[in-house]
Amino acid sequence: MQDFGSSFALAFRLVLSGDADLIEIVLLSLRVSLSAAALACAIGLPLGALIAVARFRGREALIVVLNALMGLPPVVVGLVVYLQLSRAGPLGFLGLLYTPTAMILAQTILIAPIVAALSRQVLQDMHGEYDEQFRSLALTRGRAVRALLWDARFALVTVALAGFGRAVAEVGAVIIVGGNIDHLTRVMTTAIALETSQGDLSMALALGIVLMVLALGVNAVVQTVQLSAARRSHG
Amino acid sequence: MAEPPLLPLTLRGVRLSRGGADRLHGVDLDLAPGGCTVVMGPNGAGKSLLLKVLHGLETPGAGRIDWNGQAPGPAVTRRQAMVFQAPVLLRRSVAANLDFVLPRHAQARRDDLLAHVGLSDKAATPARRLSGGEQQRLALARALATEPEILFLDEPTASLDPAACLQIERLVLKARAAGTRIVFVTHNAGQARRLADDVVFLHRGRVVEHSPAARFFPTPATQAAKDHIEGRIVLSH
Amino acid sequence: MTPIPLIAAALIALGTPALAQTRPIVVQSTTSTANSGLYDAILPAFEAETGIDVRVVAVGTGQAIENARNCDGDVLLVHAKPDEEAFVADGYGTSRTDLMYNDFVIVGPADDPAGLAGADAAAALARLAGSGALFASRGDESGTHKAEMALWQAAGIDPSEGSGDWYRETGSGMGATLNAAVGMDAYTLTDRATWVSFANPQSHRIWVEGDPALFNQYGVIPVSPRACPSVHTQEAQTFVDWLVSAEGQAAIAGFEVNGQQLFHPNAPAPS
Repeated sequence: MQDFGSSFALAFRLVLSGDADLIEIVLLSLRVSLSAAALACAIGLPLGALIAVARFRGREALIVVLNALMGLPPVVVGLVVYLQLSRAGPLGFLGLLYTPTAMILAQTILIAPIVAALSRQVLQDMHGEYDEQFRSLALTRGRAVRALLWDARFALVTVALAGFGRAVAEVGAVIIVGGNIDHLTRVMTTAIALETSQGDLSMALALGIVLMVLALGVNAVVQTVQLSAARRSHG
Repeated sequence: MAEPPLLPLTLRGVRLSRGGADRLHGVDLDLAPGGCTVVMGPNGAGKSLLLKVLHGLETPGAGRIDWNGQAPGPAVTRRQAMVFQAPVLLRRSVAANLDFVLPRHAQARRDDLLAHVGLSDKAATPARRLSGGEQQRLALARALATEPEILFLDEPTASLDPAACLQIERLVLKARAAGTRIVFVTHNAGQARRLADDVVFLHRGRVVEHSPAARFFPTPATQAAKDHIEGRIVLSH
Repeated sequence: MTPIPLIAAALIALGTPALAQTRPIVVQSTTSTANSGLYDAILPAFEAETGIDVRVVAVGTGQAIENARNCDGDVLLVHAKPDEEAFVADGYGTSRTDLMYNDFVIVGPADDPAGLAGADAAAALARLAGSGALFASRGDESGTHKAEMALWQAAGIDPSEGSGDWYRETGSGMGATLNAAVGMDAYTLTDRATWVSFANPQSHRIWVEGDPALFNQYGVIPVSPRACPSVHTQEAQTFVDWLVSAEGQAAIAGFEVNGQQLFHPNAPAPS
């Protein structure tokens, strides 16, 4: 079996040597998945807030669907996005297939439901607490939603991180719509898949270690900022 | 202000049920401008519900509410304010909790309010780290920041120690002196004596007595009110 | 509620690559050429010479052809001659050209439990079917899978009867199938290029090779602008012309892994 120790050593050497290809892949992974997380928040947070605050017919059913969409299989998302962006598909004229944009789009679709569903829960709990006070202040719904989003911001950052984690770790969607093209759409996970298929398991594992360190780094940075901000403004 | 004042208020036959049970059945009430009305009554009499109906947080199933010619709605609610028994403060600093309800660039007014409730040195403190009394004073400052014509307080001191309780009472009396109409729910007869200009006594979802404090406390008209003032336990149902 | 135009604009801004002078081309390719490192070896010279950015999407031959039929490539480079000819006949490709060849080999466990050593391909498969030894198949309609099915037919055996038993269809790429074969001590059919550059052979080795039936021809086809108006025809043709030119053919011949030439150029001399 493969030796974990040698993979750790290899991962260490890769990072220390500042391998240009590795840096390119790491940066693309971050760019794609952070962009997807940002877009998923732009869509998912208002949507989650709206469902948390509003009362309408079919709301319960919508929540069930939204929660189920958290389990969207990446490969299915990849396939659906491929069929749209393919030259033969309805959005083929955009020429987006096999570009980082396509990968961002696929990951956004993958994680927007996660952001929406989790933020809906967070905001609904907080809304239960604030609702009467907000009605007493006769706030407009827009103002109430913005206040909820702001007051729940620390929990919502964790929601965004969950989305980012799912995005940066998935391979099924990006390999279909990105094509794993060297120097263009190769990210950490597709590189790992490639190394595995070439039988270079210790390199694959080394890249996996780098990916996990990367995810750890992003989370650590966000958490540090979050904690210091929370200490200043949270009760 | 171009709008006509909210008072006098006329309530006729207001009914409200909750959980399948009638909680207010046929409340009649008149509130004149000025002063402090204390709402009393045993637990379950419907004091909090009545307050919420007046503030527009609950919509009665039947009856008529007339705010000097205006029907209840957001426009009326906006001209009132309410302090709840458990204050709901935003997860922000003390100052930011006031900024939330004040117009932009109203730092001077915010600082005045903080000074008024004795929280000037806590402006930057996260609101939820204040003591219970401080939190309630902040909630009161927030309510006053909206310059309400009517201020409702729903047992605001029920979970406070006596010193914190007196601070709140002093602030309420100051607000009354400044012209804010006060409607104050309490089950504490001593507090009611200190604050009330007139007393509404609620029993089993009805207003059974509404009279000036000077008459209510020495000579309550009903046995229920008499028992309540004298501290006898009364079950409302 | 959602600011869709804003998001669309952000998407474009985030994803737009730097503009190049010439238009890039997408090559829908079989995996063996990409995974063995052939493109890494020969493309830099082409790109330096022409300024054309070549983007390789490495998938199985079946999927590569399907993607090209959807107009998602400018050039098709695969190894399944009948399918390639059908692709051209259906109007999706302008013309098919032989590019290079190598061969398939049957690899298996070090102790050769089915005793394949020395047999030709058909005899080896016949022996294997009755031996109780395992065989890992691509099972993915790839060029290699199609070659394997032709070999079974020549041996007069229907392996699907052993499906799930001794005949294990991975439905995966060559590399994943090799990993699986190594992991479960199975034989498998692989192109030589992928095998030589495969880094996880453990004790597996080649048992059957050199049979003319194991010949593996690669072809190259520019995608037709008539079927797919969006293709970058000029750049695609430049690339194909270069591949079959003396220079391109020499570059292919010069590509070695572990001192071994993996692809043998055999394009007809340009007229």
